[in-house]
Amino acid sequence: MTNALLDQTLAAARAENRAALIGYLPAGFPSVAGAVPTVQALIDGGADVVEIGLPHSDPVLDGPTIQTADDIALRGGVRTKDVLETIRTITAANPTVPVLCMTYWNPVDHYGQARFAADLAAAGGAGCILPDLPVEEADEWLAAAAEHGLATVFVVAPSSRDERLATITAKGTGFVYAAAVMGVTGTRTQVGELAEDLVARTRATTELPVCVGLGVSDAVQAAEVAAFADGVIVGSAFVQRMLDAASEEAGHAAVRELAAELAQGVRKR
Amino acid sequence: MSDVTSVPDARGYFGAYGGRFIPEALVAAVEQVADEYEKAKADPAFAAELNALLKDYTGRPSPLTDVRRFSAEAGGARILLKREDLNHTGSHKINNVLGQALLTRRMGKNRLIAETGAGQHGVATATAAALFGMECTIYMGEVDTRRQALNVARMRMLGAEVVPVTSGSRTLKDAINEAFRDWVANVDSTHYLFGTVAGPHPFPMMVRDFHRVIGQEARAQVLDRTGKLPDAVVACVGGGSNAMGVFYDFIPDAGVRLIGIEAAGEGVETPRHAATLTKGDPGVLHGSRTYVLQDEDGQTIESHSISAGLDYPGVGPEHSFLKDTGRAEYRPCTDADAMNALRLLSRTEGIIPAIESSHALAGALELGRELGPDAVILVNLSGRGDKDMHTAAEYFGLLDTDNASDSDNASGGAK
Ligand SMILES: Cc1ncc(COP(=O)(O)O)c(C=O)c1O
Repeated sequence: MTNALLDQTLAAARAENRAALIGYLPAGFPSVAGAVPTVQALIDGGADVVEIGLPHSDPVLDGPTIQTADDIALRGGVRTKDVLETIRTITAANPTVPVLCMTYWNPVDHYGQARFAADLAAAGGAGCILPDLPVEEADEWLAAAAEHGLATVFVVAPSSRDERLATITAKGTGFVYAAAVMGVTGTRTQVGELAEDLVARTRATTELPVCVGLGVSDAVQAAEVAAFADGVIVGSAFVQRMLDAASEEAGHAAVRELAAELAQGVRKR
Repeated sequence: MSDVTSVPDARGYFGAYGGRFIPEALVAAVEQVADEYEKAKADPAFAAELNALLKDYTGRPSPLTDVRRFSAEAGGARILLKREDLNHTGSHKINNVLGQALLTRRMGKNRLIAETGAGQHGVATATAAALFGMECTIYMGEVDTRRQALNVARMRMLGAEVVPVTSGSRTLKDAINEAFRDWVANVDSTHYLFGTVAGPHPFPMMVRDFHRVIGQEARAQVLDRTGKLPDAVVACVGGGSNAMGVFYDFIPDAGVRLIGIEAAGEGVETPRHAATLTKGDPGVLHGSRTYVLQDEDGQTIESHSISAGLDYPGVGPEHSFLKDTGRAEYRPCTDADAMNALRLLSRTEGIIPAIESSHALAGALELGRELGPDAVILVNLSGRGDKDMHTAAEYFGLLDTDNASDSDNASGGAK
């Protein structure tokens, strides 16, 4: 089972012969209430798809930037129910924008897999990205997601062997998240090389769109990746704009501006 | 319960616990470790080389010591110490490190990374890196680099880079997070030499197997010394490697109680403890399903213990399994009780134990009083206390006031 809004959005970008821009921001950042206008700035700037992160105490796949944001969010008292509420508010104001939840597995496991799927769907969420849940452990979640019309996006990495890529893409829906580099989240000066090969190997196994994330921070890199991928995923660069801003308003302006630049980048393939 | 020794299954499950909850980027590397370990197990040359190192480098078998004066304080029960403190580098950690270092060489990798709490696993890993001519980076919570400063100096003397970790609680959990981040980025050249029986499959099984020698030796030594099996085996539990090592060969001996002692910090009724099996509930942390100290939302709760090596909000999945099946029992022990046991063993036997191991000693004192003078209790003395003299000096006020950072020199010293 998949999510119709997500599929349509990615198909529309493909029909325009461009890559989609997928933006990530954690819930609860810079505060529980302040996350909503921040995500709105991302959408207003031109993000086609949004990922809302569920902040975690042990973000082992994140570099210093998102670690800092998660820390701020958790210190600010963000709860799982607040993450769902943020998603509800964003989807209500932006009914044509698919919103995914990106989360480490334990908070979902602890909330209850079926309950989380039901509540995420009720909040208008389009699906989940679960970077530390391997396909081998995902059967119960996949059944719950299917029941509620949620997509489940799996991550593939440059180290994934071809036969494993096929196993993963057979279970995933929505799109495939191709990690551009071996490493944690964070901006990088170089992205392309490993990613292009990984996208080609992934495409050989699936019809699903293949979107590339990890390291992209500017329009030039976005254009570079858009040349071979269906979507460009950007997270740390947005978080960094907020961290660097003198005020929340200035941060929103900077996020909007970066999203607009990246939106141009993904149209330059 | 007949299957308690046939775990884990092919997917790495010990009953409901274990498994492999890891990012895709690490799947190939973790599978490589699992494959190489299976091949090594079937290769007599691997066992021969490991056994030679354990004998000639580590100094195994480690002795079994009767501690009569100490036992007098334990209701007269006969306490026998398995002396892992006498291993080269000063703790049980070297058993697992040498096994995994040999495996690393078989995999053609030349860089070791590891987390460390007390610094004993870091020292053992740095030692193996020196012996095998490998590069080595150790991640250690910044809090722990201060309370175990001697071991930081030892690691650097051995040529390892020590990275103080400043995220989260700045202790063992965060050191593991940082080591995982390094591994994801450098997996081609690097083996993550995990230091306890936690983490994704095959680590809980493999690390247990490398420490199994503790229980194999001890079982034979106790039989030889006393003519029977012990009534109970006691070990401290941080991640649980020394405990799994000493427990494992006793699991089929239904009459032998297996008792793990967790760090209760300032008390399990306070929020400042590390008693995962006593106070936690099942969740996923560091790659496996196991008991975790976590809040209502599945966020990990920071643990607290005077002992850096036990200051961890997770535990190896096999312990979760042994707890649920009832084959092992787990009890908490406070900082104060552990420190008193540390001083008691020092003064009655001339053996200064690590603070981690002192938790097991305190557990044995309590158990001895319960079981009475006919009981035989085997305690795994997992490490020596040199690294803890700074903490002990402050705690008990052992240094002259102009040298001590703490002016409280009352001999009771609890604070
Ligand atoms: C001497 C000693 N004992 C015990 C431990 C706890 O580890 P585990 O529970 O894996 O044996 C440590 C860890 O640093 C240690 O140094």
